[in-house]
Amino acid sequence: MTALAYARYDLLRVVRNRRFFIFSIGFPLILYLVIAGSNKDKTIASIPFPVYYLTGMTAWGSMNGVVSGGGLISLERSLGWTRQLRVTPLPPWAYMASKVIRGYAMAALTIIFLYLAGLAMSVHLAISGWLLMTGLILVGLLPFAALGIMLGHLLTPDTLGPALGGISALFALLGGAWGPLGQTGAFHDIARALPSYWLVQAGEAGLTRTAWSSTGWIVIAVWTVVLARLAMLAYRRDTAKN
Amino acid sequence: MAVVVQPRPGEPGGIAALGLHKSFGEVRAVRGVDMTIGSGETVALLGPNGAGKTTTIDMLLGLQRPDSGRISVFGLSPEGAVRAGLVGGMLQVGSLLRDLTVSELVTMVAALYPRSLNVGETLAAAGVSEISERRTQNLSGGQSQRVRFAIALVGNPDLLVLDEPTAALDVEGRRDFWASMRGVAASGKTVLFATHYLEEADAYADRVILMARGKVVADGSPTEIKGKVGARTIRATLEGAREMELSSLPGVSTAEAHGEAVILRCADSDTALRALLAKYPAARDIEVRGGTLEEAFIELTTEDEAPELGETPERAGLEAAR
Repeated sequence: MTALAYARYDLLRVVRNRRFFIFSIGFPLILYLVIAGSNKDKTIASIPFPVYYLTGMTAWGSMNGVVSGGGLISLERSLGWTRQLRVTPLPPWAYMASKVIRGYAMAALTIIFLYLAGLAMSVHLAISGWLLMTGLILVGLLPFAALGIMLGHLLTPDTLGPALGGISALFALLGGAWGPLGQTGAFHDIARALPSYWLVQAGEAGLTRTAWSSTGWIVIAVWTVVLARLAMLAYRRDTAKN
Repeated sequence: MAVVVQPRPGEPGGIAALGLHKSFGEVRAVRGVDMTIGSGETVALLGPNGAGKTTTIDMLLGLQRPDSGRISVFGLSPEGAVRAGLVGGMLQVGSLLRDLTVSELVTMVAALYPRSLNVGETLAAAGVSEISERRTQNLSGGQSQRVRFAIALVGNPDLLVLDEPTAALDVEGRRDFWASMRGVAASGKTVLFATHYLEEADAYADRVILMARGKVVADGSPTEIKGKVGARTIRATLEGAREMELSSLPGVSTAEAHGEAVILRCADSDTALRALLAKYPAARDIEVRGGTLEEAFIELTTEDEAPELGETPERAGLEAAR
């Protein structure tokens, strides 16, 4: 209950911070409109380009949203706000939960804006396809939520921007969000071990209306558990310092 | 390890710290602090920078774990008391979250406590009603400080801990702050505030705990502390008296002579005055003055520092030059 009440005001802050809002949603949206718009009739990996790129940009944008939610811990820590919260009854898990909620809210907005752009690019999926794709994206974001919390405890605000941007971009690139890295070969094998690959694959799932293979579920589960564990260690190390 | 200590009989709901030690690497920040604070007391933790006030407060708030020693806050561990919503804290450093109004930010914190106060009333008590709809990034230093006070207050805690609440404020800001603080202390809360302004401790605390170099060096009412040191000063006009002779008078700690003006700092001013008049019947314009807390503070803290600083060459040079 307290986490929700707290998260509500945290969300209000996102909406009020217009620059952050515009940049984090606007960038993938513009890229999608420009690149998908100029390749409307092509296909990638036997998927229509606007569909592939829709999931690519959605994966990248929502990943950014979720990771930056956790990254804000670094900022609030440097303000002394997390210390202030430690003398209130808010448990640490609830604070982190509020950051995950905030990250997912940003991701949800990104998804909505990009889907609308997709519809404008005449992407046609069955209702069940849209739902399956959305569901898989939300699950596939879990490891990135943990990654954000980990980085939020490890980074200082001055390194936060480039580090979050760089790490998200790397995951997006290797996962094929900006274009596939071939159907075979070393890069493809690396990609299949990354959670971002499976985020992008949510698009194909939307088309074929079949969820990930078991490999996909395992990759997402392992990354989530490992990153959550690392985030917990980073939190302990951070609070032990002061 | 911080473990629960039973509150002393007759002091239910009080705060007790026993044998607290805390080091950061080589720096021994707190070196054996004992203190008890009764329910409803307003206590000032007074001391210079580096005295260990903030470290002590951080341990009472559960932000730091003592290396050794025990703490009880209303019969609970510090962490337990914080989790139960019994504690409100205003830490020394900290900014407000931006992009919210004052009223929203205080409401956000109120949501975290099980029996929080009405937000509007809290804003009024902290003197920030007029700026309640302003965004937190557009506040002056004094306004931010009072909003932070409202944040500490809104959870309706039994214990309110304020770490140098007025450190960053100008004289007017300090006066306004304490004006809003006065009503709170009267409402029966237990209040512990750290300060290095002696007049604040004197004016607003029932009791003063004086810390220096990681230890409690005095504990009592402001009057008691002055009495304990007995730092009274005798001023007199006297011709031809030598400092050496004056300082050897019984009851005198140090003596200064500037031409005819003589200043004697006394451990026992009654004895000193009798001895002065016996030896120098010509002494006139005699004035005996009770010491200020400032003087008590200097005397207590320098006494403690003297043995260790004695070895440094700078100090030796200074002594030789006198």
